[in-house]
Amino acid sequence: MEDLLQYLFSGITIGAVYAVVAIGLSMLYRSTELINFAHGEFAMFGALGLVTLWGQLHLPLPLAFVLSVTGVACVGMVFERFALRPVKDPNPITLVIITVGASIVFRGIAMNVWGKDPVSLPPFSDLESIEIAGAVIVPQSLYIVGAALVLAGTLHLFFRYTIQGKAMTACAVNKKAAWLTGIPSERMGLFAVLISAVSGAVAGIFIAPVTMNTYDMGTMLGLKGFCAAMIGGLGSLWGAFAGGILLGVLESLGAGLISSGSKDAIAFVLLLLILYLCPGGLFAQKQAERF
Amino acid sequence: MSINCMKRIVQLVIVLTLAVGPLSILHAASVYKIGGIFSSTGRASFLGDPEKKTMEMMVDKINAAGGIDGHMLEAVIYDSEGDPAKAVSAVNKLIHRDGVIAIVGPSTTPTTLAIVNFVERAKIPLISCAAGIKITSPVKPWVFKTAQSDRLAVSALYEHMQAKSIKKVGIITVSNSFGESGQEQLVSLAGDYGITIVAKESFGAKDTDTTPQLTKLKGASPDAIICWGTNPGPAVVAKNLKQLKINIPLFQSHGVASAKFISLAGEAAENIVLPSGKILVMDQLPADDPQKQILKDYETMYVSKYGGAVSGFGGYAHDAMTLVAEALKASDGDRQKVRNALENIKDHVGVTGRFSFSPEDHNGLTSSAFVMVEIKNQTWNLLTD
Amino acid sequence: MKGTGSIINKGLVQNTLFVLAVILMGAMVENTYLLQIMTFIGINTLLALGLNMLMGYAGQVSLGQGAFYGIGAYATAILSGTHGVSPWLALVFAIALAVGVAWVVGRPTLRLSGYYLGMGTLGFGMIVHIFFREAGSLTGGASGFVGIPMLGIGSFMFEGGRSYFYLVWAVVFGTMLVCRRIIDSKTGRALAAIHGRENAAVALGVDAHSVKLTIFMFSAALGAMAGFFYAHFVLFISPDSFGFMASIKMVTMVVIGGMASVWGAVLGAAVITLLPEVLHGFADYEMIVFGVILMGVMIVMPQGLTQGVVDQYDRYRKKRA
Repeated sequence: MEDLLQYLFSGITIGAVYAVVAIGLSMLYRSTELINFAHGEFAMFGALGLVTLWGQLHLPLPLAFVLSVTGVACVGMVFERFALRPVKDPNPITLVIITVGASIVFRGIAMNVWGKDPVSLPPFSDLESIEIAGAVIVPQSLYIVGAALVLAGTLHLFFRYTIQGKAMTACAVNKKAAWLTGIPSERMGLFAVLISAVSGAVAGIFIAPVTMNTYDMGTMLGLKGFCAAMIGGLGSLWGAFAGGILLGVLESLGAGLISSGSKDAIAFVLLLLILYLCPGGLFAQKQAERF
Repeated sequence: MSINCMKRIVQLVIVLTLAVGPLSILHAASVYKIGGIFSSTGRASFLGDPEKKTMEMMVDKINAAGGIDGHMLEAVIYDSEGDPAKAVSAVNKLIHRDGVIAIVGPSTTPTTLAIVNFVERAKIPLISCAAGIKITSPVKPWVFKTAQSDRLAVSALYEHMQAKSIKKVGIITVSNSFGESGQEQLVSLAGDYGITIVAKESFGAKDTDTTPQLTKLKGASPDAIICWGTNPGPAVVAKNLKQLKINIPLFQSHGVASAKFISLAGEAAENIVLPSGKILVMDQLPADDPQKQILKDYETMYVSKYGGAVSGFGGYAHDAMTLVAEALKASDGDRQKVRNALENIKDHVGVTGRFSFSPEDHNGLTSSAFVMVEIKNQTWNLLTD
Repeated sequence: MKGTGSIINKGLVQNTLFVLAVILMGAMVENTYLLQIMTFIGINTLLALGLNMLMGYAGQVSLGQGAFYGIGAYATAILSGTHGVSPWLALVFAIALAVGVAWVVGRPTLRLSGYYLGMGTLGFGMIVHIFFREAGSLTGGASGFVGIPMLGIGSFMFEGGRSYFYLVWAVVFGTMLVCRRIIDSKTGRALAAIHGRENAAVALGVDAHSVKLTIFMFSAALGAMAGFFYAHFVLFISPDSFGFMASIKMVTMVVIGGMASVWGAVLGAAVITLLPEVLHGFADYEMIVFGVILMGVMIVMPQGLTQGVVDQYDRYRKKRA
């Protein structure tokens, strides 16, 4: 019983990381119907930015946070302007390969800037682990869960209540029609990538203290984030959150109760089952059918 | 007649000198090409990067001292990125395009195993820097290695545990070739030291959390936990163990024996005991230790050239290069002679240990290549029984 | 555009040129290293051909093709290496196994579409990859499988030089002919219809699901064949060669070369195999250069290199005219 609770807590710790990455991915899909395979690299830049600014230069945490996010936002803008916008025939496969190419470039840059060795960071606060009925959870995990909730909530409100958000949704539904009604679809695309880069950076910053930060950490984050977003249903922000937590808990239970060697396999088998049973994710908004 | 004869002899001599003279000059100036294959980028770059740097440094050093029998060395190094297919392509380049005499590396077990067939067929001596026991057991004529086999590390660790009367252990290994090989040796040798393994777990090389596995290990109530992996995973294990407040002593492998581990695990690294090469505790070694001076020299040379800290990983390439240099002497660049010379090298003291090769042993080390160290106050402490 | 006579003639000329080029290359290149690189291009072409049929003609994306590549390699390794079965018999079994697995996995997975299909195949690829790693007693685990025998007929051995090069490219050529036959057949036209608009095709009586499944199984067979030739060429396999990155690399080959084009598969395989060899000199900057080239090609020629070059030529001609 005590062990089971611990598996659950561990699952939330792992799942929060996936969730916070998945939200950014899902958000971009919602507004541009694009899956960005370089999203994990935005998180990587955020985390490594924090390593330099907070871990090595010892700037105050809030300042390091803001600077790091701003930096990644700039990277996102450059990426949109020079890699996504010039594409003449934006069919999804082409765009996916471009983002794969971008992820390789970003990894290469990070390797040359930050080196190949992993770096660890202390947690944001010195609080002790929290013990509930013999099971332990680390405060930083709760921060990540909090960050994911705030991120999903803010984006939800943004899409729901601001004119910008509504315009972005309109662009995603039908670019031409949106353009006819006077929405500058190009600027909306830039804006969407900007928001996703910011959310990726925020994810990376909150994750940094619980993981080992290296130039190639983004691959795994992006992949698991992609899974989580799928489980929840692409385009759904709360779905992405739930999908991430669910994936984490499944992995943890798989490792604890069945076999740690095949815990990832267990998670993927369940993922396939979910896809077969509800082929649009658990919280599907609409059938995703581009490609 | 005799004048004619004299003339002819003179002519012959002139022709011969003209023909052979330049050749022999060319021959004296010709370089010995040594190939290198390292994972200088990718997941195993923590091994490949210092190995590549060390090899370049050693070549410069040997050349500065006048080369070998007047031949300069030239290093041709390729990056395998830890990918077996890339290693195969690299080894083919080295053999068929660059025409190397010997090859140092690769850094990991799978990349080494991938190229073994090619060097055997082409008859080129290979000195691998990878740990896996499959590389030199069974012995392959052209394949040697400088990294200590996991078996020796496990023996050293178990000896220590036996002395501390630890009977039940739980093991947690990384799910790559290093962890897998470690797990095999841990399981197969346990009986010899009266140790039983009560639980076996594993974690992914990129996992950010191992608390489910540790919770499960705790459930089996072992006397100690052994973690077998390379950075950064074992640091995660150490941190998680602290977070879960599990007070079971933690042992690690030589895979984390570099300063990086302490900086990654921080506070959680305290009191961890592991088998390691002597390089981490070179200052604490007794003055009569034959390796002491070599370790010191290597550190001074490496740090003054590249900065940072030395690790035993670069040492594998250091030893491979000194062994190749030794075997090249009086070989005239003949690969068969180099191989034979390698096989007969005895008591060659290197960074990793004292090598004594034989037709039955192409690793040439004993468990004395390991010492037990403990992390105290964020630094390494030599344990003496 | 679809005049049957001209297609046959054009095809005949192309095929003859291709065969001649391969024979000449094999005969003229003395360097074993280059021959081996070209053999790798051949193996990758097999992979790209299979995936191209699925992506280019059936419009279905698979991010798990590495699994079939691995199934082929491991099946032959285990049968011929551990159990001493003749490799050629093992090839038959490897293909049968891959096709069987494709049937089981494809039935539910191909009902998904778009990114969900991508995710489904990705998950399948991951599961197979983990199986290779964890089933140590069967596959040698993470350290890899040692002891794969060399291919041979009677006492003749295909050692890793010229003979293996010809063997692989003969198979590639045969496969290209089979692919063309399929494209021009009833199945091929059904494929084109599905790719165009699936619902309309279904309304016209095309059994979309079974056509997709057939092509999925065909591409799995080609993947397994490529795995077979890889295993007996390198004589060592380990799980990392068949993981997620391998699958992504295959998709890249297809897209870079140009989808829905048999020549695109050859070109894509050649570019993606040669690029890292050429870029080696950039050392630590290799990744950046590789990524920039990948992005550049996609931005400038979204239809892939084969179509892209044709387009550029057309534009040039228009300018002249």
